[in-house]
Amino acid sequence: MNVLLDHFSLFRDGFLGTLSLTAVSAVIALVLGALVAACRVSPVPPLRAFGTMWVTLLRNTPLTLLFLVAIFVVPQVFFPGLSYYTLSVWALGCYTSAFVCEALRSGINTVPVGQAEAARSLGMTFGQTLRLIVLPQAGRTVVPPMSSILIALTKNTSLAGAFNVFELFGAQKTLSELGYSIVVIFGWIALAYLIITLTLSGLFRLLENRLAVAR
Amino acid sequence: MTEVFVTKDAAPADDPLVVLENVNKHFGALHVLQDIDLTIARGEVVVVIGPSGSGKSTLCRTINRLETVDSGTIRIDGRPLPAEGRELARLRADVGMVFQSFNLFAHKTVLENVVLGQVKVRRADKKAAEQKARALLERVGVGNQADKYPAQLSGGQQQRVAIARALAMDPKVMLFDEPTSALDPEMINEVLEVMQQLARDGMTMVCVTHEMGFARSAANRVLFMADGRIVEQASPEEFFTNPKSDRAKDFLSKILHH
Repeated sequence: MNVLLDHFSLFRDGFLGTLSLTAVSAVIALVLGALVAACRVSPVPPLRAFGTMWVTLLRNTPLTLLFLVAIFVVPQVFFPGLSYYTLSVWALGCYTSAFVCEALRSGINTVPVGQAEAARSLGMTFGQTLRLIVLPQAGRTVVPPMSSILIALTKNTSLAGAFNVFELFGAQKTLSELGYSIVVIFGWIALAYLIITLTLSGLFRLLENRLAVAR
Repeated sequence: MTEVFVTKDAAPADDPLVVLENVNKHFGALHVLQDIDLTIARGEVVVVIGPSGSGKSTLCRTINRLETVDSGTIRIDGRPLPAEGRELARLRADVGMVFQSFNLFAHKTVLENVVLGQVKVRRADKKAAEQKARALLERVGVGNQADKYPAQLSGGQQQRVAIARALAMDPKVMLFDEPTSALDPEMINEVLEVMQQLARDGMTMVCVTHEMGFARSAANRVLFMADGRIVEQASPEEFFTNPKSDRAKDFLSKILHH
């Protein structure tokens, strides 16, 4: 108990750090993932090729490697002066977007093709068909894998701790260096992660029930 | 390729609305449409019949480019079908389509199904679109189902909603791709009656169907297809009493048993 109470502000800052890394990179991942999924199902071959390349590249490289590139290469070559936080959030967001894209695409594939044909026959554009007809019906199938992806993202944020972004994992390092028992520290840190991930699971369960579509 | 329809001004009564010229399509090795030439006049009701696999549905779907063709040209109201994109979307709005499996939007109510195209494609005012949708639903006899979801309706009701949804776009021509083939026998008539009414009102229609009774009573012309070709075309009276081709005779002998 002592560790937690004596260093509550440290825990709190770590918790908020993890929370904000997760939230911001989740938004990036969801937006990018939706765009890339749209590319992958679009009728335009170059866009499809881009989507496939994006997913293949990001899904198959270790996140640590991606972090190294984001932290050391990107500021040198493209955007100098970005903070570690910003770079980490983009690394996490891009990486996760590949998984989001594939989850969305599997959802899109569960919607009967006749739904899109009906939309197109009414004169809807590709974007309208996707946005108004296909994606809303893909939602329910997408929710369970999406919750897994976001939970994985929450845990992946700990990598940012290795790159000078303060979050739960960083808090653990600091406390370990102060000489507290590792078991106790890990217990509290695990609990903090659980608060985030269990909340996520709960939210997604709610979402799943609300998206029920009668067929 | 281009200047064939001088007849347009010369014979306004025979005003061509849909024109297919030398259309060919393959599905892999299967030559599903072979040198199709077809002109459909404004206000004409054309019924396409033939054995399954003869290319009738494919023909119907090429007219709004849900199926692309390998060669040949398709014109609607004088304009060639554009490639995929905004242009094509605009043109499709003028071509109503009714599917075998209804394809009503499962996550929208019946009313929303009929409103959606008007608002999102035609940019109609929401209020006006709803009014029009309710009137159309009334016209096809499902006015009291407006707030239900498609899954709560019978097949016949769903198909009538699908017709209302297509009509809401004020199409120049309506395509029916086997509209009654997925229906229980007692529901077929309620859909055919709506289609018959539509034909009487002067809508240009292309119907792929197995309903010979509908072909007899509503069609101006019957197209008989087999193996990717239009084998025979004639008035329904002529076709059913005196078919010319052996293929059509054979087909009719198998389905007409009364």
